[in-house]
Amino acid sequence: MTQRLSLTLGSVLFNWPVKQWVDFYARIADEAPVDRVCLGEVVCSKRKPFVDDVTLEVVDRLERGGKEVVYSTLALPTGKREIRDIGDMIQAGYQIEANDIATVHLLNGKAHSVGPFINIYNEDTLALHLKLGATRICLPPELPLESIRTMAQGNAAVEVFAFGRPPLALSARCYSARAKGTAKDACQFVCDRDRDGMNVETLDGVPFLAVNGTQTLGFVVTAVVRHVEALRDAGVVSLRLSPQTCDMVRVARIFRDLADGSTTPQEASESLSVLHLPGPLSDGFLRGVPGCSVTEVD
Amino acid sequence: MTTPLELVCPAGTPAGLRTAVDAGAHSVYCGFRDETNARNFPGLNFDRAEMREAAAYAHAHDAKIAIALNTFMRAGATDLWKRGVDDAVAAGADALIMADVGLVDYARKAHPKQRLHLSVQAAAATPEAIAFYRDHFGIARVVLPRVLTVEEVSRLTAHAAPCETEVFVFGGLCVMAEGRCMLSSYATGKSPNMTGVCSPPSHVTYREDRDALVACVGGFTIERFERGEPAGYPTLCKGRFLADGAMSHLFEDPVSLNAVALLPRLAEIGVTAFKIEGRQRGRAYISSVVRAFRKAIDAMAAGKKFDIDELRGLTEGQRDTVGAYKKTWR
Amino acid sequence: MRGHLPPFFANAAGLLPLQPLEVMARHLMTNAMAARPSFAARLGEYCGRTFAVDPVDCPFVFVLMPQDGGTHLSVVREAEHFDARIAAPLVVLLGMVDGTYDGDALFFSRDLSIEGDTEAVLALRNAIENADLDLSTVLGFPQGIQGPVNRAARQVFMRVRRLLDAPEDSGPNGVANGVGLS
Repeated sequence: MTQRLSLTLGSVLFNWPVKQWVDFYARIADEAPVDRVCLGEVVCSKRKPFVDDVTLEVVDRLERGGKEVVYSTLALPTGKREIRDIGDMIQAGYQIEANDIATVHLLNGKAHSVGPFINIYNEDTLALHLKLGATRICLPPELPLESIRTMAQGNAAVEVFAFGRPPLALSARCYSARAKGTAKDACQFVCDRDRDGMNVETLDGVPFLAVNGTQTLGFVVTAVVRHVEALRDAGVVSLRLSPQTCDMVRVARIFRDLADGSTTPQEASESLSVLHLPGPLSDGFLRGVPGCSVTEVD
Repeated sequence: MTTPLELVCPAGTPAGLRTAVDAGAHSVYCGFRDETNARNFPGLNFDRAEMREAAAYAHAHDAKIAIALNTFMRAGATDLWKRGVDDAVAAGADALIMADVGLVDYARKAHPKQRLHLSVQAAAATPEAIAFYRDHFGIARVVLPRVLTVEEVSRLTAHAAPCETEVFVFGGLCVMAEGRCMLSSYATGKSPNMTGVCSPPSHVTYREDRDALVACVGGFTIERFERGEPAGYPTLCKGRFLADGAMSHLFEDPVSLNAVALLPRLAEIGVTAFKIEGRQRGRAYISSVVRAFRKAIDAMAAGKKFDIDELRGLTEGQRDTVGAYKKTWR
Repeated sequence: MRGHLPPFFANAAGLLPLQPLEVMARHLMTNAMAARPSFAARLGEYCGRTFAVDPVDCPFVFVLMPQDGGTHLSVVREAEHFDARIAAPLVVLLGMVDGTYDGDALFFSRDLSIEGDTEAVLALRNAIENADLDLSTVLGFPQGIQGPVNRAARQVFMRVRRLLDAPEDSGPNGVANGVGLS
């Protein structure tokens, strides 16, 4: 008997209006069959004040809904204040998901999760992070199944990025602002216009990437649908669903059914495809081919 | 200034290494011919025997040699990287440059006395991140990410001690946090972290289209240079894209970093080493850039003024920038 | 065009048979390969590829096929089949061989263009870079006179490049000077 696969809802990576953000988590709390919910601003600290006021209320709602709540930290902290905020959250006793090595340092051995933004590419580095107090580790989205197999055995700690636009890069520069001809300091939060990220096309008009402030994501939507069984066999304990504006409750149900074996990958793919997704389904990274490769239809 | 400033120069080939040393490099950095280093390009890098000879050449000319093993170990194949560490130490490396914390851990345990540098690919951009590597593994120097302002470099340098800081002053510029970028992996399946290449030549094609040069990476058309317009590397983050109804160099223009004007300020805030990017470049580049920067550093040490205008032709897109060192870049 | 030989030279060269040129080029290549036995190893898996090296100001093209035992070279009017093509004025190509120019800089300034297998071009360029060739090595001169010959050759090449308005050099011998963007 293999272990039950759990589902983790990743932090909302995009700049959603506060009301949408609150409503989203309320519905997740009440309806989504996910075990853990990460929240917290991961991409840009300038956005943080907006949700700070309502975070406690959302945490409470999620906990009442039976979810384990994890506070996900900034992926590229640079300023003093950003580091201090992370320290405060640790002090406050939240369960922390570290997305940067600085946060691992601040945690100082305390039990924590590791998000998909820390470079853990092999079994040695994974073991080291477990020793440093990590109990759950979401691997970087570019890792192929072959690597995951080597890393996930016997530690009951590995989570895989299973759904959502794959996060590809972080920068100090804000591209949403740059696209509008301004700099980050004067951004006026233009990133809130693109709630699944701003689509970026090549010179031929081929959809390619998506920009979310200082973050760059793929245009495609990762969906490891056809590999769920292989992932479980590999020893993976959790699938991470990264929020997009589509019906995430439905997404969670589809993955729950997949994990429980009560739906087939083909049915799951079909169910996902009819949701309002920002791009085509992809499993390229997992297959060890370009991450932009769309899932081949059987 | 307590420690003398160090000019750290690239060497992609043994001939390039000799050129850099002869041109006045205080130290050179290079890598083995495999995916253990982040410049894993065809025809580049050193086999084991060449590395030993390179170390001997550098040492005979009072220069140091740092060996980069700055990709992330592949799961199930970590021996390749560990052997690289052992062989680098045996070759006489003055320092190893690494990014994967698992490999750093191995190097520290297997070679307790070896000097270790943290690669820019580890993107340690906060005092806490630097403290992590310094306190756990005795990292002696950290190469700072290229996305920091001078003020941030200053703060980091102050906090890093006794760990030294090294900053890039010339050459290619990553606009993304280094070692945390999967654009190349996304478009081509080959990535800096796993394969040691970014926008690899194997996936680059050029075609002529009505007098313009069109560049594709992984089948994605990312750049079009009109006749007479300077070209740049076909790097994904330097491409031209359509977003929000407009075509632009959305991420970064095809420019190169040239921080020569900032040298005095960087020295003043305590930066130990100035790094020149470009292991993939030819001897002509290495020789002229190294010579020019060495002249500037010597002039600074003697309290004299300096001026470098001669480097423009070597920069990508033939334009240079002080990049992120100025906050307005963001 | 920067660095192009004058048209009368090209026209005159066009009238000559290619065979003597081919014999001479093969001879120089043999000298170079004998002096740099590690060349093929550095090319690695790109040995056996066909490279068209095209001096755009001359009415002929060099076709190279590096191999472990030695490089096959022919001179043709028009290269039809190749894996990769490298094109630039003759003096610029020569300047890449002797390290006067940096290939990337030439590419940025559009003095050099490439076509076909980009990776193969890069491998060849890096192997040539590492070969560190100079005139007396290519001519097969004995060690004793190499220094003076090379110094004299550098002077001559520099004058020729200036005369032809080729990209400027200040390199190992040099550096490409860009067209500059105002």
